[in-house]
Amino acid sequence: MSSTEIKTQYTKAKARKFLALFLVFIALIITIILSISLGAGSPRFSEAANVIFSRAFPFLNIAPENSITQFIIMDVRLPRVCLAILAGAGLASSGATMQGVLRNPLVSSYILGISSAAGFGAALAIVFGVSVFTPIGGYVVVGNAFVFSLLAMFTVYGIARVRSINTETVILAGVAVGFLFSALLSLVQFVAPEYEALRSVVFWLMGGLGSAKWQNILIILPIIVVTLLLMSKKSWDLNVMSLGEEVATSVGVNSKRTLTVCMVLATLATASIIAFTGVIGFVCLISPHISRMMIGSDHRFLIPCSVLVGSVLLLGSDTVARLVLAPTELPVGIVTSLLGVPFFIYMLLSKRRQSWR
Amino acid sequence: MALKLVIDNLSFNYASFAVLKDINIKVDVGEVLSIVGPNGSGKSTLLKCINRILKPQRDTILIDGRCTTKISIKEMSKLMGYVPQSSISTFPFTVFDIVLMGRRPYINWNLSENDSRIAAEMLDFLGIGSLAMRHFNELSGGEQQKVVIARALAQQPQILLFDEPTSSLDIKHQLEILCILKSLAQNLSCSVVVSIHDLNLASRFSDTMVMLKKGRIFAVGSPEEVLTEENIAAVYDIKCKVTHSLLDKPQVVPLISEDRVVRSLNLPTQAPLPTQRL
Repeated sequence: MSSTEIKTQYTKAKARKFLALFLVFIALIITIILSISLGAGSPRFSEAANVIFSRAFPFLNIAPENSITQFIIMDVRLPRVCLAILAGAGLASSGATMQGVLRNPLVSSYILGISSAAGFGAALAIVFGVSVFTPIGGYVVVGNAFVFSLLAMFTVYGIARVRSINTETVILAGVAVGFLFSALLSLVQFVAPEYEALRSVVFWLMGGLGSAKWQNILIILPIIVVTLLLMSKKSWDLNVMSLGEEVATSVGVNSKRTLTVCMVLATLATASIIAFTGVIGFVCLISPHISRMMIGSDHRFLIPCSVLVGSVLLLGSDTVARLVLAPTELPVGIVTSLLGVPFFIYMLLSKRRQSWR
Repeated sequence: MALKLVIDNLSFNYASFAVLKDINIKVDVGEVLSIVGPNGSGKSTLLKCINRILKPQRDTILIDGRCTTKISIKEMSKLMGYVPQSSISTFPFTVFDIVLMGRRPYINWNLSENDSRIAAEMLDFLGIGSLAMRHFNELSGGEQQKVVIARALAQQPQILLFDEPTSSLDIKHQLEILCILKSLAQNLSCSVVVSIHDLNLASRFSDTMVMLKKGRIFAVGSPEEVLTEENIAAVYDIKCKVTHSLLDKPQVVPLISEDRVVRSLNLPTQAPLPTQRL
């Protein structure tokens, strides 16, 4: 093949990737429409569209729907859809980043022990009312979960630093810190004085999007947007890391700094989400894998694709979780696994190529 | 010829254990320099010191007269390419993606027309254009080695380091890879530094050889000067015959007797056979 032919082929391959991204984007739009128009009090989709357009473009003078429909759309459904998309996007992109920078298809953004740490922080606040923050509004549990997540990351970083910041030390320290916090979490649950508190802790640990409110979304949104942009900026460094630290160094990438930066970004994104939603597992592990099977390992495309796949997966699961036992809601973590695992196994078995080496 | 790379009195310790001592090497533009020596003599450590994966205690490595510690890691990657012994990619990348990674020093997020042109030309130059859209991990060892060389070339370096590039390849690919090295030096005016175990291949393809023994330079010079029966006996502790009859470069034929190897292994003389125990 001559060099012009190679370039043409590469351009075609790139076009296919953009097409795949576009298709997942369409899937996300469809999931959003379904999610808004399905559920208790179910406003029809046309009503939902009316409400959204009349709010978004007041100059169109669309006749407003009645106030109950308006309330359901604007204050119940939409915030929940937004939170699901944000959480799915943030968890999936953190997962892709951590898998890339640690060169390990088995890790997720929870590898640094931040899920156990967040759980421990939340449990402390729920059971004993102990918080690192003086209680401001309802953010005692949220603040505690967030701060303990960051604490876990800094502990891992501190341990790994003593020897050398590399993939092995970070993973091993992360596993150790994770076990430490899950033991502490069990301890809190064991000594919890009241049944009600224990129940709340267990419920928090299962994760859910029930806390969706506009004010929470306004806190999460900037964190996710900024960390996402910064992670995307690291795309080439993540690609190069796949060839190992020595090669990365030889093409001008400081692998220790890349690892540290990616750890901080992924933890910030993940912690800010799970502080509000509780521990939602699985999305951050399989969204990058599904994306890699669809679009390849180039992080310039993998991270945006993971964002979209994670959003579709979490929003779809949350819609199912709301509907399947209505009026009771299932914890979304259960549904992400029950829906995601069969799909993932299907992808594993049907694809000729592995999404890791 | 201008001196490209100068190693001036380099010493390197791992903790308190001295691995390299008093190393002095000069490499010209367009020269192939090979580093030979027994396992553990410091070949890989020397290469890692040159490309700054390891950091020597004193400022002793100069490129174009500039000390490498004063050169940023990014600028360094435009001056020097590195090809490891063997490569594996954790996640599946196409060959072209891998070669594009060599453009990392020149790009931020988006590829320019120039970047993909250079990457494509390097594949073409090495005759592996047809592999461009294949997956790297599905190639043979020899093909992978060429892809990795293309990746290093895409950095457009003036110096190329190879760490035992032929040690996992068959005889045909060994020759191919070393012919490529030679032509990089001659046609692209790269300075090539290669660590290698095979003395006969080193003899055929290098302009200068450096023979290490326990972290020190034991001999340096042309293959004829370095590959003598006395030097090899002193460094490798084996008897050999050096012949010039086949090629114009010296070729080494080891003469070690099997008897001596077996004795040095300290095998138990009267090992009981399993049947005797029954």
